[in-house]
Amino acid sequence: MTTPQQETALFAPSAQARRAQRAALLSTRHLVLAGVVAIAAVLPFVFQGFVVFQLTQVMIYGLAILGLNLLTGFNGQFSVGHGAFYGLGAYVTAILMNRYGVAYYWTLPAAGGVCFVVGTLVGLPALRLRGLYLALVTFAAAAALPQLLKFHGLEDWTGGVQGIVVDQPDVPEFLPIDADQWLYYFTLAVVLVLFAGASSLVKSRTGRAIMAIRDHEIAAAAMGINAPLYKTLTFGVSALYTGVAGALGALAVQFVAPDSFPLFLSIYLLVGLILGGMGSLPGCLFGGLFVLYVPNIAESVSRGLAGAVYGIIMLLVIFAMPSGAAGFTRYIAAWVSRRRAEVKPKPIN
Amino acid sequence: MQLLLQQVMAGLANGAIYALVALAVVMIYQAIDHLNFAQGEMATFSAYVAWQLITWGTPYWLAFAAVVILSFVGGVAIERVLFKPLHNASILANLVAFIALFSILNSGDGYLWDYTIKTFPSPFGTQPLFGSVLVDAHEAGMIGVTAVMLGLIYLFFRGTRLGLAMRAAAANPESARLVGIRVGWMTALGWGIAAAIGAVAGMLIAPVVFLDPNMMLGVLLYGFAGAVLGGLTSPGGAVLGGFAVGIIENLAGTFIPYFGRDLKLTIALLVIVAVLMVRPAGIFGRSVVSRV
Repeated sequence: MTTPQQETALFAPSAQARRAQRAALLSTRHLVLAGVVAIAAVLPFVFQGFVVFQLTQVMIYGLAILGLNLLTGFNGQFSVGHGAFYGLGAYVTAILMNRYGVAYYWTLPAAGGVCFVVGTLVGLPALRLRGLYLALVTFAAAAALPQLLKFHGLEDWTGGVQGIVVDQPDVPEFLPIDADQWLYYFTLAVVLVLFAGASSLVKSRTGRAIMAIRDHEIAAAAMGINAPLYKTLTFGVSALYTGVAGALGALAVQFVAPDSFPLFLSIYLLVGLILGGMGSLPGCLFGGLFVLYVPNIAESVSRGLAGAVYGIIMLLVIFAMPSGAAGFTRYIAAWVSRRRAEVKPKPIN
Repeated sequence: MQLLLQQVMAGLANGAIYALVALAVVMIYQAIDHLNFAQGEMATFSAYVAWQLITWGTPYWLAFAAVVILSFVGGVAIERVLFKPLHNASILANLVAFIALFSILNSGDGYLWDYTIKTFPSPFGTQPLFGSVLVDAHEAGMIGVTAVMLGLIYLFFRGTRLGLAMRAAAANPESARLVGIRVGWMTALGWGIAAAIGAVAGMLIAPVVFLDPNMMLGVLLYGFAGAVLGGLTSPGGAVLGGFAVGIIENLAGTFIPYFGRDLKLTIALLVIVAVLMVRPAGIFGRSVVSRV
C-alpha cells in the first residue's frame, strides 16, 4: 500500500488534457445544437397545421422567457410584470401593420426598440428598489397595461376593448409551404438569431459584469462595474427580447386585445423561467413547452379541476427538479461523470 | 367639501378591506420571509367553508370561530406538507409552490361550490350608522375588527414569549435554533396565524364583494400594494398603507379629470411607486443594512 488511491485522484490533469477535454465537450455541445436545429427544421413537415402553430408558440414563449431570464436569471432583478412588455411588443406590431401598413418584418425591430426604451424607463426606478418592492413596480406595469389599452383617449390607435386584427404574413412566392409553416420558419430564424445574441452577450465582458452584479452588487461596484448603468441596460435588453416575442405572438395569433395580456401571462412566464432553469438558455425552451402544453394537458385530465391539475403538475415538477430542468440536467450529467470516474481507476492489489 | 369627505369615507371603507389583507400579507411575510401569493385564495376557501356551515344552519359566530380554528390548522398543515420540504430550495421554487397552491385552491373552490356569485351574511348588518350616509354598520365593523386584530397581534408579538420566539426565528433562524427555539414549528405557527387572519379577512370581505372563487384576486393586489407602501416589516404601517391605497384610488377616480376614472388603478400604482422612490422600504419599513 505505498500509493494510496486517493492521492492519484488528487493529481490535476495537465493543462493540455484539460483543454482537449474542453474541446471535446464543446464539440458535443455543438453537435447537440446542430441536431436540435436540424430537428426543428424538419418538424413542420412531420406535423400538421395546428401542431405547427403550437410549436411556433412554444418558440415565442421560449423567447419571452429568455428576456425574463436575462433580467432575473443573469442579473438577479425580479420582474412579475414581463407580460406587459410582451403585450406592448404585440401592440406595436399590430398598430404598425393595421394602421400604417408597415410590412410585418419591419415591425419586429420597432417593437424591440419601443420595448427597450420603456424597459429602460421602468429599470430606472428599479435601481432604488430590491426584491418585493421591485416586484411591485414591475407588477404595476403589468396591471396598468390593460387599463391603458382600454383607455378611450387612445382608442384611435389601440382599438379599445375590441382590439386589432393582424394579417397573417404572406408566404414568399418561391416557397412551396403554407402560411403556418412560413411563420414557423420565420420565428425559428428570429429565435436563433436572438438566442445566439443572448449567448454571446452572457459570455462577453458585459455578461460577466451583469452576472457579477447578480452575485454581489456591492463587490461588483467595488471592482469598478458601473452597476446602475448595467442594471438599467439589462432591463432594456430584457424588455426588448420579450417585446420581440410579443410581436411574433401577434403575428401568430393574428389578433391583439387588452385582455390577451392578463396579469397571469406575467406569472406564467415566471413559472416557465423557474421550471426551465434560471440562468440557462436551453432551459427557456423547456419553459416555453411548459407554458404552452401543460395547461392543455391539465384540461384534458379534468375539465372542472383543470387549475388544480395544473397546480399539482407544477408542484411535482418543482419537487422533482427544485432548480429547474437545466439544474436537473446538470445534476444528471454530474452524476454520470462521477459514476464514470468511480469506475475508471483499476483496483490495486 | 361634502364630496371630498364622502370620497374619503368611501375610500376608508374600501381601504379597510385592503388593510385587512395587507395585515395578513405582512404577518406571513414576518413569519416565513416570503410573500404568500396564495393568501387570497386561502382566505376565499375559508370564506366558502364558513358559507357552507351557515347554509347548513350553524349560527354565525359559531361558524366564524370554527372557521378561524380550522384555517389555523389548515395553514399549519399546508406548511408541514408542502413548504417544509422546500425549506432549503430557492425563493423562486417557493414562489412556484405558492402559485401552484393558488391554482389548486382557486380551481377547487369552483369545483366544490361552482362559479355562481353567492351572498354572504354580515354580522353587523348594513344599516347606515348614526343615520349618516357616509358609512354603514358593516364598514364600521370591518374597521373596528381590523383595529382589534392589529392590537392583538401587537400584544402577541411584543408581550408573549411565543411571539418573541417567532420574531427571533424569522430574524435569525441559526441563532434562534442555538438558543433552543424550534424554528420549523415557529414557521408552521406563522402560517397558521396568517391563515386565521386571512379567514377573518375573507369572511368580512365576502359580504361586500360577494363570494366567488376569484373574489380575492383584485383585493389581494391592492392589499399587497398597501403592505408594500406601508412597509413589509411593519404591521401597523401595512394597515395604514391599505387605508391609504383605498383613499388614493377613490380620490384619483373622482378628482382627476379626463382620465381619472379609467385609469384609477394605474394612478394609484404610480403614486405608490413615487413614494417608494423616496422611501425604498415603504413608509414605515426598516431598511436592512447589510454587512459585506
